Amino acid sequence: MLDLGKLSCLGEALRDATITYKSRTALIEADRHRENSRHTFAELRAAAERFAGAVQAHGFGPGDRCAIVMQNQSKWLIGATGALWAGAVLVPIDYKLTAPEQHALLAHCRPRVVLAEWPAWDKLQREDPSIFERTLVIVTEAPEGAGIGRAVRWEDLPQGAGFTYHARAREDVACIVYSSGTGGAAKGCQLTHANYLAQAETLGNLYPLSEGDRYFSILPTNHAIDFMCGFLLALMMGGAVVHQRTLRPAYLASTMKRYGITHMALVPTILKTLEKKIKEKIAELPKWQRLVLGGLMDLNEYATRQAPDHRLSKTLLAPIHEYFGGKLRLMFCGGAFVDRTSAEYFNRLGLPVAIGYGLTEAGTVLTVNDLKPFRGDSVGKAVEGTELELRDVNDAGVGEVWVRGPTVMLGYLDAPELTREAIVDGWLRTGDLGSIDAAGHLKLFGRTKNMIVTEGGKNVYPEDIEAAFGDIDDCEEFCVFAANFIWPTGKMTDEQLIVVVRPKSGLDEAGRAALIDAFRRRNLRLADYKRISAYVLWDREFPRTASQKIKRDPLARELKPLGRDGALREL
Amino acid sequence: MSTSLDTLIRLAAKRFGADPAQLRAEDDLFERLGIDSFQAVELISDVEDEFDVELPDYELQGIKTFAALAQKIDARR
Repeated sequence: MLDLGKLSCLGEALRDATITYKSRTALIEADRHRENSRHTFAELRAAAERFAGAVQAHGFGPGDRCAIVMQNQSKWLIGATGALWAGAVLVPIDYKLTAPEQHALLAHCRPRVVLAEWPAWDKLQREDPSIFERTLVIVTEAPEGAGIGRAVRWEDLPQGAGFTYHARAREDVACIVYSSGTGGAAKGCQLTHANYLAQAETLGNLYPLSEGDRYFSILPTNHAIDFMCGFLLALMMGGAVVHQRTLRPAYLASTMKRYGITHMALVPTILKTLEKKIKEKIAELPKWQRLVLGGLMDLNEYATRQAPDHRLSKTLLAPIHEYFGGKLRLMFCGGAFVDRTSAEYFNRLGLPVAIGYGLTEAGTVLTVNDLKPFRGDSVGKAVEGTELELRDVNDAGVGEVWVRGPTVMLGYLDAPELTREAIVDGWLRTGDLGSIDAAGHLKLFGRTKNMIVTEGGKNVYPEDIEAAFGDIDDCEEFCVFAANFIWPTGKMTDEQLIVVVRPKSGLDEAGRAALIDAFRRRNLRLADYKRISAYVLWDREFPRTASQKIKRDPLARELKPLGRDGALREL
Repeated sequence: MSTSLDTLIRLAAKRFGADPAQLRAEDDLFERLGIDSFQAVELISDVEDEFDVELPDYELQGIKTFAALAQKIDARR
């Protein structure tokens, strides 16, 4: 049993791990078929202490912030570990945001240290440099001769700069994780050491990893799931974290095979990609083999209906398991709505998928499927210590999910009003609609919030996208919505963004068509997960507040009678 | 010898069934070919095989046009 109750902070848990498991492998970084680096726990400790000493030499102290803007790689975890030992509050920033978006978040949290990969720093340093005046910027992978400006290279960090370990208290903030705010108000969730330790203990006891296990870190480490599973939990339990510098599907399976991956976490899009690959492989088999395989899948499903049995499944379905290296025992899937057919398919193969549900505002997971038995139709039961409550329940037993427990954040950074809206009397309102069955399993049915979550696990707030459509000629006003916000479907699938466009009055048909074309062109400039899929032409003036902000709720109520199919045209 | 740009356009046209004569250096390749980022990865794999180069994922972030991609290829050749 993992017992973290007596530890004071994440730094202490990681220090214990580097001492307990010192000669075991902690980190492996691969790049295609090459291996870039490998660290034992003892080497991780030395590298992290070097990083900690270097930042301390620049005056970094307990409670100072250290932002990380990197893709998944060993230095992410080395830097984070070292920073925690120096008493840091970590701020993991989404590497895939644009430079202005990253800059806005950095300006909001004002870190004392920024650890960034070269391509990110290359762009960031062209933004307003004033926010970096007091900041130590450490850049990795900068090519020789690159203009790194005020940054210092990772390779040039001093060796043996004296290092002092700083413990933190459980109630201190460990991380600030931005759940949105690239366009609208910044929502920096402040999560404490107690939040993380409670979550790690619960998850570690539900799904234990052990020495020799290998965790494949493919979700971005700034994301709550990978931060917990692919950093804290794997290392605390003596497992190794494997990174692959390219995430092209062709290298996923070969890396899993080469390193004997035992655990990984996915988002639904990746689960679907893997499903497609396996089905293609099966389709190539002669018909009789496919029939035999189908029979074995049925047998496996029958034999493991109470609980997974890795050894049995591996024996029955050897060719499939071999494709993933033969060691894979468990996949976590969350971050977005999981299609039950994919999860059920993998379970039939004896590759169980633990479906979970969580919010950045409440650590990693609030509910998770314990696989006893496997269920694809729910997001599982509340984890130990977490209470769920439904409020404003309708006749069908569906209400808004509220949660309380040891993983709920302290609040949003510098945003007391947003915090008051999100947390009421210790209860966090999730904005998700759900029902709870007799066995305590939570099922989700949609959202009360004007937002969508993509299959890739990205939260998209319509307000954040509107900036892309400013200053379009002949447009009087416009507003972006999540279609489900106006026309709830009771499902978490097929979420889409739509735009309501009010043309200038008197615009003829050709002009209106040209206006929509302009929206179409701007739309293609957005990252694909942020794109709008449909539009509504609307000639009535939008309701606005005294300060001229669009009143979204009343506008949504006006649009509702049109009906989803009647109103929407493909953009 | 054809330039990287020509070869790139030929590969893109072949993979996504477009007319190479209609593709221009400054075109937004996502918009022009109507592809998403997953499909773009397939194109990149073709490019790597053809030119025998490796294009790291991080270098491709923010690349929109054929010309910009061709430049990245040239830098690695």
